[in-house]
Amino acid sequence: MSATVLHRPGDSPVHRLPPEVKVVGAFAAVLCVVATPREAFWAFGLHLVVLLAVWAVVRVPLGWYARRALIEVPFVLLAFVLPFTGGAPRTDVLGVSVSVDGALAGWNILAKGTLGVLVSLTLAATTHPRDLVVGLQRLRAPRLLTTIASLMLRYAEVIAAEARRMRTARVCRGHDPRFLWQAAATARGIGVLFLRSYERGERVHLAMLARGWTGAMPVPPSPGAGPWRWLAGVTPALVTALVCGTALWTT
Amino acid sequence: MSTLAMHASDGLLDAPTSLLFGAVAVSGLAVATVRARRELDDRTAPLAGLVAAFVFAVQMLNFPVLPGVSGHLLGGALAAILVGPWTGALCVSVVLVVQALLFADGGLTALGANITNMALLGTAAGYLVAVALRRFATRSRAGLLAVAFTAALVNTVVAAGGFVVEYAIGGQGAVSLGGFAAALLGVHVLIGIGEGVITALTVGAVASARPDLVHLLRGAPVARELAR
Repeated sequence: MSATVLHRPGDSPVHRLPPEVKVVGAFAAVLCVVATPREAFWAFGLHLVVLLAVWAVVRVPLGWYARRALIEVPFVLLAFVLPFTGGAPRTDVLGVSVSVDGALAGWNILAKGTLGVLVSLTLAATTHPRDLVVGLQRLRAPRLLTTIASLMLRYAEVIAAEARRMRTARVCRGHDPRFLWQAAATARGIGVLFLRSYERGERVHLAMLARGWTGAMPVPPSPGAGPWRWLAGVTPALVTALVCGTALWTT
Repeated sequence: MSTLAMHASDGLLDAPTSLLFGAVAVSGLAVATVRARRELDDRTAPLAGLVAAFVFAVQMLNFPVLPGVSGHLLGGALAAILVGPWTGALCVSVVLVVQALLFADGGLTALGANITNMALLGTAAGYLVAVALRRFATRSRAGLLAVAFTAALVNTVVAAGGFVVEYAIGGQGAVSLGGFAAALLGVHVLIGIGEGVITALTVGAVASARPDLVHLLRGAPVARELAR
């Protein structure tokens, strides 16, 4: 699987925002969503409206977000279990005893988790992995970390394809494991995959040295985001912050 | 990659706790960055990048647990045993960051907690166990496999334990802490056994081909009988 699997190339204003602005905006928005008190149901509606406004600019079909958001299913299940397992006080809904606290907790996880996934999806859809690393670099993430990340993104596809080929080869030879104790061939494959990755790493390093590697990735010259683009980029986050603040104040 | 989230999502922890563990993760990463440089000398970045790509690819490989149920490796203990704890922690962290930012797996506000648990706590615990049992690992192949199994099991359970602590500080569910801890740790003991088996067999496979590449065995009078 390549790292661009969620990326939807485009040229909307959100796509063209500098990546560091989008990263900061996404983190700030999700933090505000998480800080919103769970009883303020209206606030979550407003958060969703902000997101819908961003999506209108991005022009990615809504169904795309809905399908990708299925990644969150395990936590949705948890959210639906909580109302029945929570403690007193309890109330009756359609003849079923439901814990008030549990229902609120379930709602809390459902609303915040879903909004969080949707924000992450928006970031992933509008930002190329390469740009994301550049954004992290401009946000002063340690050089070593961004170098590892960019090399990882570059080679993830290669290593994953190698893993897929090895799996195909195993399946062709009749490998069809059903139980954990039959996983030995898979594990041996993982061992070989490590050796191949490591040896590829040594080769890549030598090739990089030959081309004058100095120990750090060159940072593309940055004109800087400028105050207006920063303001435009973090406006959705500012609105969520405003909603969150109002909700905190009124509840 | 499975289409289900494996990492904690937003909304499980409250905002102050998320920020607190974000700070913990950042400081842990800062230390790991400095120490990883020493671990891998001048080859640090390219090799670590490829190891991170390996961890990333391995997380896509599902292995069967029971018919219809499959799990995938988290890779913290595996990376620590093969390339050392600091580089291992760094690689797992990078994988977690990329998964959160590019795959929407794991909430952005939960990223700090996820890194703290899986990349820092889990890897450290797994590696400490492996180092404590190192003399068994260098003695025989069975010993090496047993040590790798134990390290991966401890890694998984400690990572889950980290989340239990975070939940105790700022959890947002309406479950009692005891029940939550029992359920989470119980599930992760099962996951850990799977992780342990795969980690042990993988380390065994690497040790039989290139024992010099297994960080845990480095400097040991490498037993030729490991290679079989």
